[in-house]
Amino acid sequence: MSTDMMSKETRDADLGAPVLKIEKLCTWFDTREGTARAVDGVDLELYEGEILGLVGESGSGKSVTGYSVMGLIDPPGRIAGGRILLDGRDLTRLSEEEHRRVRGKDIAMIFQDPSMTLNPTLRIETQMIEAVRAHEACSTAQARRRAKDALDMVGIPSPEERLRAYPFELSGGMRQRVAIAIALLNKPRLIIADEPTTALDVSIQSQIIYELQTLCRETGTAMIWVTHDLAVVAGMADRLAVMYAGRIVEVGTTKEVIEQPGHPYTRGLMGSVPMHETRGRRLARIPGATPSLLHLPQGCSFRERCALADKACTRMPELAQHHQAQSIRCWHPGETDR
Amino acid sequence: MQAFIVNRILQSLIVVLVMTLLVFAGLFVIGDPVQMLVSPDATDIEKEAVRQSLGLDQSFVVQYLSFMRDALHGDLGNSFLTGAPAMDLILKRMPATFELVICAMILATGIGLPLGILAGLRPEARSSKTIMAGSILGFSLPNFWVALVLIMIFAVGLGWVPASGRGETVQIGPIAVSFLTLDGLHHLILPALTLSLTKMALIIRVARAATREVAGQEYIKFARAKGLRKNRIVGVHLLKNIMVPLITVIGLEFGRTAAFAVVTETIFSWPGMGKLLIDSILTLDRPVVVAYLLLMVVFLVFLNLVVDLAYLWLDPAAREKGRD
Ligand SMILES: Nc1ncnc2c1ncn2[C@@H]1O[C@H](COP(=O)(O)OP(=O)(O)O)[C@@H](O)[C@H]1O
Ligand code: SF4
Ligand SMILES: [Mg+2]
Repeated sequence: MSTDMMSKETRDADLGAPVLKIEKLCTWFDTREGTARAVDGVDLELYEGEILGLVGESGSGKSVTGYSVMGLIDPPGRIAGGRILLDGRDLTRLSEEEHRRVRGKDIAMIFQDPSMTLNPTLRIETQMIEAVRAHEACSTAQARRRAKDALDMVGIPSPEERLRAYPFELSGGMRQRVAIAIALLNKPRLIIADEPTTALDVSIQSQIIYELQTLCRETGTAMIWVTHDLAVVAGMADRLAVMYAGRIVEVGTTKEVIEQPGHPYTRGLMGSVPMHETRGRRLARIPGATPSLLHLPQGCSFRERCALADKACTRMPELAQHHQAQSIRCWHPGETDR
Repeated sequence: MQAFIVNRILQSLIVVLVMTLLVFAGLFVIGDPVQMLVSPDATDIEKEAVRQSLGLDQSFVVQYLSFMRDALHGDLGNSFLTGAPAMDLILKRMPATFELVICAMILATGIGLPLGILAGLRPEARSSKTIMAGSILGFSLPNFWVALVLIMIFAVGLGWVPASGRGETVQIGPIAVSFLTLDGLHHLILPALTLSLTKMALIIRVARAATREVAGQEYIKFARAKGLRKNRIVGVHLLKNIMVPLITVIGLEFGRTAAFAVVTETIFSWPGMGKLLIDSILTLDRPVVVAYLLLMVVFLVFLNLVVDLAYLWLDPAAREKGRD
């Protein structure tokens, strides 16, 4: 145990201070039926150039986590507690104007559906130039040159023509590349990519994953890659965080989580995704559906769907270290069926 | 695009043709203008002479065809009452009406659009609820009542502005306008405000609904994620998208009001086309009424075309579809 702690500390020393550190983040939605705790005590860390895969079923709170970091939570939602430290600065305490200056400059976000993220009535160049000029006093011509370079960088052919185009004139994959180029425009410290390839064809999906991964490595940009599909991030992320009903239930290096998943939910997720790492292993589909956030069972939120659930599980387990960088929120981590 | 315009013009011609027939037939059956033109003690022979001189003794078909023949030559007939060409009478009154209606639409849009956007951005705020309550009031109060109340308060009670007429005008080429003189502006304000109220209410509602829809779109969230300032998000990203439905409403309301500002013009004795129409109907001055309705149909059809073109300009995706 103590050697495990040591190795974690040496790892921190190697990587320097984290770019992003989320502590006990709570983002709640006050609805008529009650308070939905979409994010409830999430801790995450991210280092320079690192790619973190944030995985979980739909509705587990991944997007809300991303929006919280962006400061884009609208009523009835609110940040009910916790801290979001970007290079040590707590974003939850920023004024609206201070937060605006961070958005799109230090942290950029890429959304799921490229057919919805670009304004249909504005040319690509308008939408790129404004993104530069929102953060820097520079001429339109300078901003346009940066836009063109960014399109070049994400592998868009004849960027000059594309700049003059309207979004509807581009394919889905092309539009998502434009959105990525916009995210890269101001050389952010962190990119939050919220299922950026889910709406795309499989072939384009892997291209874009590869390109984004390369760009992050080259520029040292940290990235949170949000997905409900473990197979998508398994090949690219340095670390994985698995989310369930607003909480992180397992976190560790990709190797640890894929090779020795400790939480029954993670194992279920892997079972429901065909990938070569799980070949030959018994498929453990997750029974039941994501519970409503308003009617979570007492204790472990996964209790009603878990084959290992017992009396101990009526109390909420803590996220506890399991193996080196791997932590698990479960009373019976790593156990198989009894 | 060109095919679209040609297509629309052909459609418009058919609409105009059908309208002439309807208007002509409608007026054919509503009474005998001769009774209004001769003295009550005129003999039947005298009446017959008048009838013949105006061509009213001919059958409906003959009258219609001869009207159409003249109309194609740009002649919409002469007023029964004064003998002046009907078109001239109308064109002389047109600038006054257009001035009034344009002012009303500027007021309605200038006030209604920002209020509608405000109400749409924060639907739960008390200010938004007040705006919407106000717009319901604007809808339900009849124009003549609003006009009378405004006259009582601002003209009779406070004596700030006059209650009738156009005031001093300035000549710009052949067109006389009021808004360039202080006196003219004083005369303009009450009728323009009266006319604008219902349009304002309508624009508020449409702008609010459109804002609520557009504000929830992902591209607005993305615009925020880029760190754009609020002014830019609302003034460019939101506005350009809500203008798509609004331009239709503004354009069509403008046309409807210009064609039929009758009540307001009558109450304020505004010497516009609407007042001419009412007077001509009362005296059964058929050529003027027919010419008026015909001109208005052409105007409205033209306006529709302009609205469609504006729509294509605002929505590039629709432009593409229109090309196919
Ligand atoms: N605007 C909202 N109002 C109420 N509840 C919300 C809202 N947005 C998100 N939620 C709640 O947060 C939960 C998590 O949403 P989300 O983060 O989008 O999940 P995902 O992991 O699929 O991205 C949802 O199931 C919902 O209960
Ligand atoms: S705590 Fe209990 S119920 Fe929850 S995941 Fe672990 S074993 Fe299952
Ligand atoms: Mg999501």
